[in-house]
This record gives sequence, structure tokens and C-alpha cells, in this order.
Amino acid sequence: MKNKLIAFILSMGVFGAKAQEVSNNESMASVMRSNGKIYVVVAVVLTILFGLIAYLIRLDRKISKLEKES
Amino acid sequence: MRLTWWKITAIVLLAYAVIGGLLLPVPELTQLGETIRNLYYHVCMWFAMMILFTISIAQSIKYLRTGSIEHDIKASSYAGVGTYLGLLGYATGAIWASFTWADPNNPAFASFGSIMREPKLIGAAIALLIYGAYFILRSSITDMDQKARVSAVYNIFAYAMLFPSIWIIPRLLPSLHPGQEGNPALNFNDIDARMRMVFYPAVIGWTLLGAWIATLKIRHKILLEQKWFAHEK
Repeated sequence: MKNKLIAFILSMGVFGAKAQEVSNNESMASVMRSNGKIYVVVAVVLTILFGLIAYLIRLDRKISKLEKES
Repeated sequence: MRLTWWKITAIVLLAYAVIGGLLLPVPELTQLGETIRNLYYHVCMWFAMMILFTISIAQSIKYLRTGSIEHDIKASSYAGVGTYLGLLGYATGAIWASFTWADPNNPAFASFGSIMREPKLIGAAIALLIYGAYFILRSSITDMDQKARVSAVYNIFAYAMLFPSIWIIPRLLPSLHPGQEGNPALNFNDIDARMRMVFYPAVIGWTLLGAWIATLKIRHKILLEQKWFAHEK
């Protein structure tokens, strides 16, 4: 898991570097590019899910604060 | 912030539903292909909706027995989140169907016209509209106790209507939707063991997420209520 996380962070850098050129080079073997790039989808969905959960946690905290005040 | 154990469970199970749901192996099916993975998301919406509606009717009955306004707040919040999940289930079902039943690029598939006559879709629409009427009914009565009592009775009717509209009638008519003979996804014979490993945790995860949102709504409404009473004095 930790290795995948490191690979994920590193591959984010690769996206930035390769943003301008369209490359068909399959040798860029990172986790994010394997298996038809399904891991990119996983990363996107997880980002949305955790974004929504962070929002819920923030709402929960705000309501708790209001409950303490009243 | 009350990050209790079940909220953490919800987060863990949903993360598992996404990672496992997208990466773990699924049986290879003709026509459905990889879209069978929608079982972890689309079907879970309906399961979570059903469970939240059940909590809602239990709270309505509790209100009718005790007359405590807190139960009315709970009933309406759970029904609200349940309806929302139902709408999400409908929307995701529409996307799924347009690539497996009625893909215009594939002449072998059914036409959009035949999908419009799909009993499961019509039944689900009726069920959601009945719950929609619950909220219209609530907002049309200004007296608080009367609103709570009338809507609690209506909620029982709405829950009772769920069964013919989404469970019984679609089973009596020919349909493209799975689950004609029995309980789709719950039946041990028609769901692959590998998929069950993700599906059941996913149902629990989505239901807990819905319950989490509902509890936030409840706490917010109770705060508003307290503020309103303080203002009255």
C-alpha cells in the first residue's frame, strides 16, 4: 500500500511533466499506467469520496460546536 | 465532532467498496461486461434507500405512540435521505441501462421506447413520487403537531406502497431488469461469491453514509427547533 502511495505521488509528477506531449511509449511502467489505467479511475473516485467525507466531517464538527453553544 | 465507530466503519467500507469494487475480479458476462461492477453502487443505493425508509417508518410509529416531536424530526430526515438515495439510484440506473439495454449503436438491444414501459422503472418512479408527496404534505401544514401526526400516518401509507410498486408488480410483468424470479443480489445462487465479498460491505457502507447524513440533518433541525423555542419565550 505504501509503495503504491509513493508510486501514485511520483506518477502525479509524471503527469505534469508529460502534459504537453502525447506519448504512446508503453515503457513508462508506473502503477497508474498499468491495467488500462484503471488505477486512475480508482484515484479519481477515491478523491471524490474522501472529499465528500471531509465535507461531512466538517459539517458534523460545526453542528457539534453549535450544540455545545446552545 | 462525534466521529464514532460506525462513521469510521462507513469510511473504511466505502473505501473498500471503491477499491475492491473497481479492482477485484468479477465474472465475465456477455452484454454487461465490466458494468456488473455497478452492483456495488447502483444496487446499493436502493438497498440503502429501503433500510433508511424502514428506519423512517419505525420513527413515525414511535411518534404516533409517544407524541414526541423528536421522532417526527427523525422520521422526516431519514425519509429525506432515503428519497435522495433513491433519486441517485434512478439516475445511475438510467446511465447503466443506456449502455446495456438500449445502446443506440447496437441494433440487437431494446429501443428506448421499450425501456419507457419497463415495470421496474415505472414502479420505482411511483414509489419516489409517493415519497415526494410526503414532503409536499409536510410543507403544506403549518401547525407543528398536526403536521407531525398527518405526515406520520402518510409515511406508513408510503412505506406500504413501496412493496407493491417496487417489489410485487415488477415481478408480475415481463421485464429486462434482473430479479424477475426472486431477490436480485440477495439470492445466494445468482450472485458470484467474489462479488458477494464486496457487495455486502458496500451495502452496509452506503447505508451508514446515508444514516450519517440523516443524523446531521436531525441535529440541525433540533438546533433550529431549540432556537425557535428560545425566540418564542
